Amino acid sequence: MTSEQFLFWLFAVLTCGGAFAVVITQNVVRMAFWLIVSLGSVAGLFFLLNADFLGAAQLLIYVGGTVVLLIFGVMLTASGPYLQIKTSPAEGFLAGGIAFLFLVLIVSTVYAVDWDHKSQLMATHENGQATGIGPQPGYNPEQQGNTTRPIAFALLGMRPDKDLASNQPADLMDTGDVDDLSQAVYMGDEMELSTGYLLVFEIISVHLLVVLVGAAYLARAKRRVDASEVA
Amino acid sequence: MFSDIQLTNYLLVGAFLFVCGVVCMTTKRNGIGILMGVELVLNGANINFIAFSRYTPLGLDGQIFSLFVIVLAAAEAAVALAIALNFYNNHLSIDVDRGDELQG
Repeated sequence: MTSEQFLFWLFAVLTCGGAFAVVITQNVVRMAFWLIVSLGSVAGLFFLLNADFLGAAQLLIYVGGTVVLLIFGVMLTASGPYLQIKTSPAEGFLAGGIAFLFLVLIVSTVYAVDWDHKSQLMATHENGQATGIGPQPGYNPEQQGNTTRPIAFALLGMRPDKDLASNQPADLMDTGDVDDLSQAVYMGDEMELSTGYLLVFEIISVHLLVVLVGAAYLARAKRRVDASEVA
Repeated sequence: MFSDIQLTNYLLVGAFLFVCGVVCMTTKRNGIGILMGVELVLNGANINFIAFSRYTPLGLDGQIFSLFVIVLAAAEAAVALAIALNFYNNHLSIDVDRGDELQG
């Protein structure tokens, strides 16, 4: 068993076990703890998938931000008898049965699809030529696990990872000659720059601002105005 | 079982997280617990996105989309927490079964 396999199974078991514990625990504070375990292990899986920036963002935003927010919510809303709100066992069994059937449905679907064939179809559709399974040769930042700069470029609307990797014959990529590479990029038959995500980025920015204002408005401390004060 | 790690392994983990999140959303009566279920569902989707980004020609797009999902989940948690606080102020409880004023 290689270290990658060991780490995958470790993080996978921690992720699934944490999620299962979140479901079966009745105490809200312990649910928050198991959620931290599960989300942190998901960050480990992200690192295993060569998504270094996403793993760091997962740790910072989810474990550092969202879960802390949820724990604040628990503290602000937990009052004695309502800390544990139980569901009846019959509902639990019903939900468990339906969940098991749902899981069987998803797992059978995952195994029913030939993912390698679909990947080949997708590569053929994108490049007009079959480039085989997996990422194309050339500039593949996601293969090197150095994704921060390409993600930033993509958010600004540029896609160097796509433009440098596609529309080129594979033998040029093997030589690794810089002059040949630049010629292949700029002297190609049809040179189309791939599109990035600038518009989505802007929408997300405005959305975050709206959420900030809305959350502050909704959660503000309400002060009752006395009639005498008004008069 | 301990063979090479494939796309399917990650998809199975994502599927389990998704189902756990759905069950958490449907069975918990605590409003905060429902929020935790939503987080689990979104994380299951994120695992799928990044696994496809690694094992298929999808490339970086999967990672960027899961970044958007993370940001939107944080925003959703903030707004939902504000709503939960308002709910608690009005009902003195976080039990979502008590929020039935809109029932016909």
